[in-house]
Amino acid sequence: MGFSTTLTVNGVTQTVDLDDPRVTLLDLLRERLHLTGTKKGCDRGQCGACTVIVDGRRVNSCLALAVSHHGADVLTIEGLAQSERLHPVQEAFIAHDGLQCGFCTPGQIMSAIGLMAEGQAGDDPERVREAMSGNLCRCGAYRGITEAVLEAQKILAAANRKEVA
Amino acid sequence: MNPFDYVRPATVSEAVAAAAAPGAAYLAAGTNLLDLMKGNVTKPERLVDITHIAGLDRIETLADGSVRIGALVRNAELAHDGDFARRFPAVAEALLSGASAQLRNAATVGGNLLQRTRCAYFYDPASACNKRHPGSGCDARGGDNRLHAILGWSESCIATHPSDFCVALAALDATVEIEGKAGRREIALETLHRLPGDWPDRETELEPGEMIVAVRLPAEAAGFAANARYLKLRDRTSYAFAVVSAAAALRIEQGAVKEARIAMGGVAAKPWRAREAEQILAGARPDTAAFQRAAAAALGAAKPSGDNAFKIELARRVVMRALALAAAGTPARMPALPGSPFAAVSGVLTNA
Repeated sequence: MGFSTTLTVNGVTQTVDLDDPRVTLLDLLRERLHLTGTKKGCDRGQCGACTVIVDGRRVNSCLALAVSHHGADVLTIEGLAQSERLHPVQEAFIAHDGLQCGFCTPGQIMSAIGLMAEGQAGDDPERVREAMSGNLCRCGAYRGITEAVLEAQKILAAANRKEVA
Repeated sequence: MNPFDYVRPATVSEAVAAAAAPGAAYLAAGTNLLDLMKGNVTKPERLVDITHIAGLDRIETLADGSVRIGALVRNAELAHDGDFARRFPAVAEALLSGASAQLRNAATVGGNLLQRTRCAYFYDPASACNKRHPGSGCDARGGDNRLHAILGWSESCIATHPSDFCVALAALDATVEIEGKAGRREIALETLHRLPGDWPDRETELEPGEMIVAVRLPAEAAGFAANARYLKLRDRTSYAFAVVSAAAALRIEQGAVKEARIAMGGVAAKPWRAREAEQILAGARPDTAAFQRAAAAALGAAKPSGDNAFKIELARRVVMRALALAAAGTPARMPALPGSPFAAVSGVLTNA
C-alpha cells in the first residue's frame, strides 16, 4: 500500500510516494529527496541536528512522520543561501566561529532562524542560550553560537527597519 | 520500529471509530510516541493520525470565562499566547520549563497529558517492567532509581509522570474533555492519571479508543494570576525533566492567604495535588513559617522507593521556595530561565 505525500520543500512542491508509513521527515529529506544538509544525530529528538522549519516553526524532523506532514511547508539548510550569497545567520556563524566539526551546524542555524521568528529572546544572551538548548554541540562551540545568534538578530533587525523606512 | 497501519481521519468521530481496533494508538505530533516506537517500547498496529482534524487547535474563552484549549494546540503556542499567559502564568512557565523549543513547537496539549514515564527501565525492552509487560517485575526497584517516585508508588511500579504542564493544570482544577464511542464526557485532570497499584500498565482513566479533545481551565483559576509560579529542580538548567517541581498559586487579600493551590511534579505517577498543605495556608499570613508547615504537610506521606530519600527534603524545599516566589508576585516578564531556581544574573539568589 502506498502513501502519497505532497509537501513543499524549500519552495518546491513535490509529491513523494512512500511505500512505508514509518519514514520520518528526516529520512524523507535525506534518503528520498537527497537533501543531506539536515543531519541525523541521535534520531531520538535529543540533539537537535535534524532541526528544520515546518510551517514556520522549528521542529525535530527525526520525530516527525513524513506521511503526517502531507501539505506541509518545509525549509531546510539548503533553502537558505541565494545562489552564492549566504544567509546572514550562516555568515554570522562563520564570523563568530560558531562551529568546529560542523555536524550540528545545519541544525543550529535552522534553530537560530526559528528562534528569531519566535521573537522571544531579544538581545539577552541568557534567553538565547535557553532558546538554543535543544541543539547540542559536542565540540562545545556554544560561546561562538550565542554570539552568532545575537549578531544575526541585530543585522536582521536593522535590515527590517530599513525595509520599513 | 514495527510495521503499522496508518489512517488519517478528518473528524473526531472518524478518529474514535478508527481507534476502536485493537492495537490502535492516536498519533499527534509523535514527539514521545515515535521515540517509544523506535525503541520498540510500544508497538501499535495502527496509528490514527489526528493532526489533520480541523477545530482542535483553538484556544477559546467560553461564555462562563473558562478557557478551552484544543487537544492539538502546540505547547509553545499556548505558552506564548499573551492573553493565556497573563491569566495563567504558572501554566505558561511550566510549559516553557519543559523540553526544548523544537519539541515545544511540535508537542501538543493532548500529547503532553498522555506522554509516558521516562523511567529508563520502561524504555529498555531488555529490563523487567510491569508497565510495559504486566507481571514481569520491576527492575527499577533495586536499580538506578534516584529519580523515581516518593509518593503513591507501589511494589509493582515506582515510575513518575514526567509532565510539567499537568502539574500546573492540576493545581488550577483543570478538566479534560474526552470523546469515545459512548459520546463526550469530562473529568478532572487530577483524576486522569492513575496511581500504579497492582496494575501500572493502566495509566489513565481513558477507556480503550477514547480520545482527549480539549483541556479546560475554570474562570476562577485566573484569580491566582498575580501570585502564581512554577519551580522545577533539574539535573541541568535547561532541557531536562524535573527531579522535583512545584506549582504554587496564592490568592492574597489584606495580607492573608485567601486561597492556596499547590501541586508537585516528579514525585509520583501523577501530578500530585497537595490539598492538606493548601488548607494549612488558608487564612494564614504568607510567611516562611506558614510555608514551612504547608511544605511539611505536602510531603507528609512521602517515602523513598530506592536511593531517593533526598527527593523528600528537596521537594519540601521546592514547595517552600515556590510558595515564597508566588507570594513575591508573578514577574512582569517570563524569567529568562522559566521555572529555574537559578538567576540569569550570577550571584543573585533566585529568579524572582
